[in-house]
This record gives sequence, structure tokens and C-alpha cells, in this order.
Amino acid sequence: MDAHATPAASVRHGPPTGPMRWLTTTNHKDIGTLYLWFAATMFLIGGLMAMLIRAELFQPGLQIVQPELFNQLTTLHGLIMIFGVIMPAFTGFANWQVPLMIGAPDMAFPRMNNWSFWLLPVAGGLLVGSMLLPGGGVAGGWTMYPPLFLQGGISYDLTIFAIHIMGASSIMGAINIATTILNMRAPGMTLMRMPLFVWTWLITAYLLIAVMPVLAGAVTMLLTDRNFGTHFFSAAGGGDPVMFQHIFWFFGHPEVYILILPAFGIISTVIPTFSRKPLFGYASMVYATASIAILSFMVWAHHMFTVGMPAAAQLFFMYATLLIAVPTGVKVFNWVATMWQGSISFETAMLFAIAFVCLFTIGGFSGLVLAMAPVDIQLHDTYYVVAHFHYVLVTGALFSIFAGIYYWLPKWTGHRVDETWGRWHFWLSAISVNLLFFPMHFLGLAGMPRRIPDYALQFADFNRIASIGGFVFGASQILLLIVILKCIRGGEKAPARAWEGAEGLEWTVASPAPYHTFVQPPEVK
Amino acid sequence: MNPSDLNSRNPRAALGLAPCRLCDPRAPELARTNASSLRRFGLLAAAMFGFGFALIPVYDVFCDLTGLNRDAAQALANNTQVDFSRRVRIELVANVQDGAVWRFGAPSRPVDAHPGQLVRVEYELENLTGRPLVGRAVPSYGPAAAAAHFKKIDCFCFREQRLAPHEKIRLPVLFVLDKNVPRDLGVVTLSYTFFEQGGGKRT
Ligand code: HEM
Ligand SMILES: [Cu+2]
Repeated sequence: MDAHATPAASVRHGPPTGPMRWLTTTNHKDIGTLYLWFAATMFLIGGLMAMLIRAELFQPGLQIVQPELFNQLTTLHGLIMIFGVIMPAFTGFANWQVPLMIGAPDMAFPRMNNWSFWLLPVAGGLLVGSMLLPGGGVAGGWTMYPPLFLQGGISYDLTIFAIHIMGASSIMGAINIATTILNMRAPGMTLMRMPLFVWTWLITAYLLIAVMPVLAGAVTMLLTDRNFGTHFFSAAGGGDPVMFQHIFWFFGHPEVYILILPAFGIISTVIPTFSRKPLFGYASMVYATASIAILSFMVWAHHMFTVGMPAAAQLFFMYATLLIAVPTGVKVFNWVATMWQGSISFETAMLFAIAFVCLFTIGGFSGLVLAMAPVDIQLHDTYYVVAHFHYVLVTGALFSIFAGIYYWLPKWTGHRVDETWGRWHFWLSAISVNLLFFPMHFLGLAGMPRRIPDYALQFADFNRIASIGGFVFGASQILLLIVILKCIRGGEKAPARAWEGAEGLEWTVASPAPYHTFVQPPEVK
Repeated sequence: MNPSDLNSRNPRAALGLAPCRLCDPRAPELARTNASSLRRFGLLAAAMFGFGFALIPVYDVFCDLTGLNRDAAQALANNTQVDFSRRVRIELVANVQDGAVWRFGAPSRPVDAHPGQLVRVEYELENLTGRPLVGRAVPSYGPAAAAAHFKKIDCFCFREQRLAPHEKIRLPVLFVLDKNVPRDLGVVTLSYTFFEQGGGKRT
């Protein structure tokens, strides 16, 4: 179906003009764009913090930042990357793509959508701005453990407030997405015909609605412990600091799947397109996603093997965690099987997707190593954990975001991506990211603790390699910005179906996607 | 039709299309289904907020039922230094040398504690002047014999205190009244007097 031939299917007219456009917009595409630019801005801020961290760790001793500032940098880097970059970027993708993929004219609650976005810059501002307050920003780690988190200054209260706002934003966003998917699919699009990206977001939305309130509860208890004399977690008043870890990780582990399930969805969209084959094992992908989500509620204590749990509990959480590898493995095998005997072409989006499959798997394997309780007791709070979660989050979630950007940019801007620049971005990122994070495995195995600004001499070589990789990786992201800006400003015109092998309703509307699409629901056969 | 004439909020009306029953969020049918989804998801979110708090008693009950982290497992953590057979009343007193400069307040009620038990109380200090002040608290005990049994773990009296103009701060003190405090001492008094440091030079 060609959108130009059926004018009723998509209304071709511009958005309202004037400065209020972005503040008051209720259009899912505008809001998607806002989310993505917000994520890009926070990526810059969080990335600069990472550069400072790597600069300090370039050699032993204290050179650039003092320990107090160093701890603020690691803490805010974590909070910003998780709540300010990965989650908003995925929500941006959902806003743009979910209505297009299911043939809906917009999100279910367009006004709430506007609110969910505009809460974010407020929260982000509080978080970053809190560094300027007397006493500096939060420095207790992104996991906000008491007792440290109960002892800090005013910025800790502001951070709690920021987390509340971000939580409200993502709960509202998730309700919106889930409602849109459940109620507004085009006639004929049954659940089992939905594109996998929509499936993964539906499940992610359920996870968000289920666990963000738990985080809100946990930080509320921190807040009342700090200011209103309760003793949920303060040991001096009979509270239990370990209880915080239980509640936090009950949120935290599902949260890591919130950070990866939409990535699975993007990769499951990109790989079939450039392999020119339908996704292998669609149904098993759906079931694997659902079982990962369910299992994710039963493994939280693998982050707490060292708190002194009874052996029985350690065994339970160890086996439950190992079990998650099964559905995760199903996914990896399905992606490989999709590529098997496909006629593959290596556009930048596909390169990032293939890198995702390889490198995310490394992160999965190091996760399995950490899942073994006796091993984790050695490795907990070392750089091995840092290596693990950066493989799953950077070469996993972030690479999938890159793949998604390269894949959908033609639909968003109407121009083809400059593949030459894209390839440079890919190869520089893919090589440097391994220089950056692979040595951290060795550092962790050798016993280097995480969250320290200075280290013993024997760790110097690997740290230098990691820092060099870090600087190159950071600088390479400027290429991404250039590619995006070039694509917005011009380039070869992209047809409605921007990629030869692309399937799905979003490719039936013109490129760039008109401001209003599917005003008349499409028929899905 | 000029595209800019179209009402961006309602493109269907602008195109002369009838409201779409199933796809337009403004259509009453869909608005109703969406609203009921919103209610259900909102309830789920609210319930999960409560669940976070409920985890605290749930863990307690769970551990009681299963015996996890109870009895033997926790025996090492039991404080054998607390004498649960009696309580001592600790009166808390605050004095200032120069009331025009400071307001120094003690907790409003006395504390009853077992000997050996860790006690934490907070005093309050306010600078009533428009200039920065430096001062120090000096403790005294009543009766004097009680002094030997006060084991301070942390006290504001260990350090000098600096207050900006009109600043108000809380001063925590953490102490244990040791197990050997004589049985006939039912009430003891912990008293602090606040002196300005270098105050003499002022006049
Ligand atoms: C096969 C799947 C996985 C397994 C078995 C696994 C296992 C683990 C274990 C046992 C730890 C705790 C290590 C420690 O603190 O001692 C951990 C930490 C972590 N994992 Fe994973 N993981 C897996 C996948 C993921 C994914 C997909 C993500 C996110 C996208 C992720 C993000 C994290 C993060 C952020 C931490 C560190 C949290 C912190 O302490 O700051 N993991 N993982
Ligand atoms: Cu986990």
C-alpha cells in the first residue's frame, strides 16, 4: 500500500508552528522526537562524566578529581545513563514506532503523553543540578544503599525527588504504551501478529508498572528515614539496611530487563530486514520474552550473595538466575538462525545488530559466572561486575538504540543515512568499546574493587587500555551526532519502504512519516 | 485544501471523516476502553507501591515462619552487654554561658535506657546573632559518680562547632551507659554547657 495513493490514510500537513509547539504537543511523533533528543542530551552529560572517571583512572594516584567528586561522578553517571538515557530513548522509540507498527493514529492518552515527557527534563535538571549544592551531589552509588544514603546532605533529598518524578513519568509512559497496544491495534492485528518490538514493549510496560512503584516506595522510605524520624533502614533505630537492598533489587533486577527487552525488540526487527528472511521462531521469541519477564521477579537476591543469606536462599537464587539463561539463549539462537542462509547485507543498522548479538552474549556469559554464588562472593563489587553490566548495557541496550536509530532515521527524516559515516561510527565504537570494557574482566578477576578513584600499581596497564578505549568510544559518538544532523538536513530521498527487506505497517506510510498517520485504520491481512 | 487549515488536533474532522469508532482516542467507545485500562493499570501501580512497604512486615513474618536468620543464625549478633533487668532514667540538660548569643536546647523528655543499650539523642543549637560563632560544649554529670559509666561513642562535644549567622543545627550524641552503673542510681543527669570560643577577646 502506498500512502500517497490513499490520502485518507495519512494526513499530510505540518505541525502547529511557533515556540509552544514542543511544549504543548500531543503528537506521538513529536513526543518521540523529544524523548530521543532528551536521551541524547543526557547521554552527552553522562558521557562527559564517564570521560572524567576514565581520565582519573588513567593512571594510579589522584590526578584530576578528588575522591568526593569521583564518587559523585560514578553515582550520577549510573543514574543518568539508566534513567536519563536508556529508558527515555526506548520510550522515544515506542512513541514513534508503536502507533506506526500497530496502525493506530496516536497514543491512547496524548495529553498524558505530553506530561510524561515534560516531567523528565525537570527530574534530569534536579539530578544534575544537585551537584552544585553545598556538600555536592549524591555520592553513595546509583543503588542508593543506606546507611550512606541516609547520611548525605540536601542533594540526597533532591535526588530522591528526582527519582520520584522520573518514576511517575515512566509509569505514565508505560500505562500509555500498554493501553495503546492493548486497545488500538488495527483490525486484523491479533496479539500473535504484532511485530516483536511491540511485544517486547508491551511486556516492558507491564514490568515498569509493576516495579517502578516499588522503587518509589523504597526511596520514599529513605526520605522518611532521613527527614521524618522513621527507621525503616536506619540500624540505629532498629531498622535494617539490608532490607533496603531486598526492596531495591526487587525493583532492580526487573529494571535490568526493562533496559534490555526493548533492545531485544529492536534487534528482532533489524536482523530479519537485512537478512531478508522472516524472524526465526516468532512464537518462541514471544514466550521467551514473557518468561524472562516472569523469572526476573524471582532472582533479585543474586545482587546480594554477600549480605549473609542462608545457604538455602543462596542456592535458590543461584539456580533461578541460571534458569534465565535458557530463554535468553533461545533468543540468541533465534537471531543466529534468522541470519543463517539469509542474504545478508551489512548496513550500519545491521552491523550494530550483529555486534549486539555477539557482545550482549559475552555480557550474558559473565552474568552466568556472577550468578554462581561461590564465585560471586569473590567477584562482587569488583570490576568484573562493571565489565558485565557494561557489556549488557552498552554493547547491549545502547548498541540496540544505535541500530534502531540507523534503521528508523529514514522513516523519521525522509532521508537515507550516510552509510560511510555510519560505518566509521560503527567500527570505531565496536573496537573501542571492547578496549574499554574487556580489560575490566581481568581487573575484576585480579581483585580491583569498583567505585574507587585510585588503585594499586598492578592494575595500571589494564586501566590505561580501558581509558584509551573510553576516550575513543566517547569521541566516536560525535560521529553519530553528525550522521543524525546530516540526515535531518538532507541527503538522498528515502522511499516509503526505506529498506528493501523491511516488513511492517510503518513502511507503508511515506518517509518522512506524515504528521498524522493511520487516521483511517489499515487492514491487516 | 490548504494543509495548514487542518486542525492538527483533529485531522479526521478536518478531512470530513466521521469519528472512527475503534481507532480515534476521541471516539467515546475507545475513550471508555482506554479509561478502564488506565484505571486498572493505575490500581496495579498503586498496589505495587503498597507492596514495597508491605515487604518489610512480610520479610519478618517469613523469617519467623521459616526460622531463617532467627535464633542460632542471629545469636552472634545478640548484644550480651545489655542488662535488660533494669532501666536508668537519663535527664538531659542544656545550659549556655551567654543566652543572648546562643539558644541551646536539650531534648524535651528524659530517656529511659537499659544499661549497655546504645542511646542516641539530639540537642539543638541556634546562633542568635548576625555574626559567625565558634563554640564548644563541655559536659558534666550528675551525680559526679555517673561520669565513669557514660561511654560516649560520638559526641558534638568532641569538636568545636561553627555556626553561620542565624544558623540552627542539630547536635547528636551517641552513648552507652555501661552495665556496671551502680544499681542505686535510678536517675542520672547528662548536662552540657555551651561556651563561645575566643568569646573573651570580644569585649
Ligand atoms: C543471562 C543473564 C544475566 C545474568 C545471569 C546476570 C547476573 C548478574 C549478577 C549475578 C549480578 C550481580 C553481580 C554482583 O553484584 O556481584 C549482576 C549485576 C548486574 N547486572 Fe546482570 N545478569 C544478566 C543479564 C543482565 C542484563 C540483560 C542486564 C541489563 C541490561 C544486566 C545488568 C546488570 C547490572 C546493571 C548489574 C550491576 C548492578 C550493580 O551492582 O550496580 N544484567 N548480573
Ligand atoms: Cu540482576
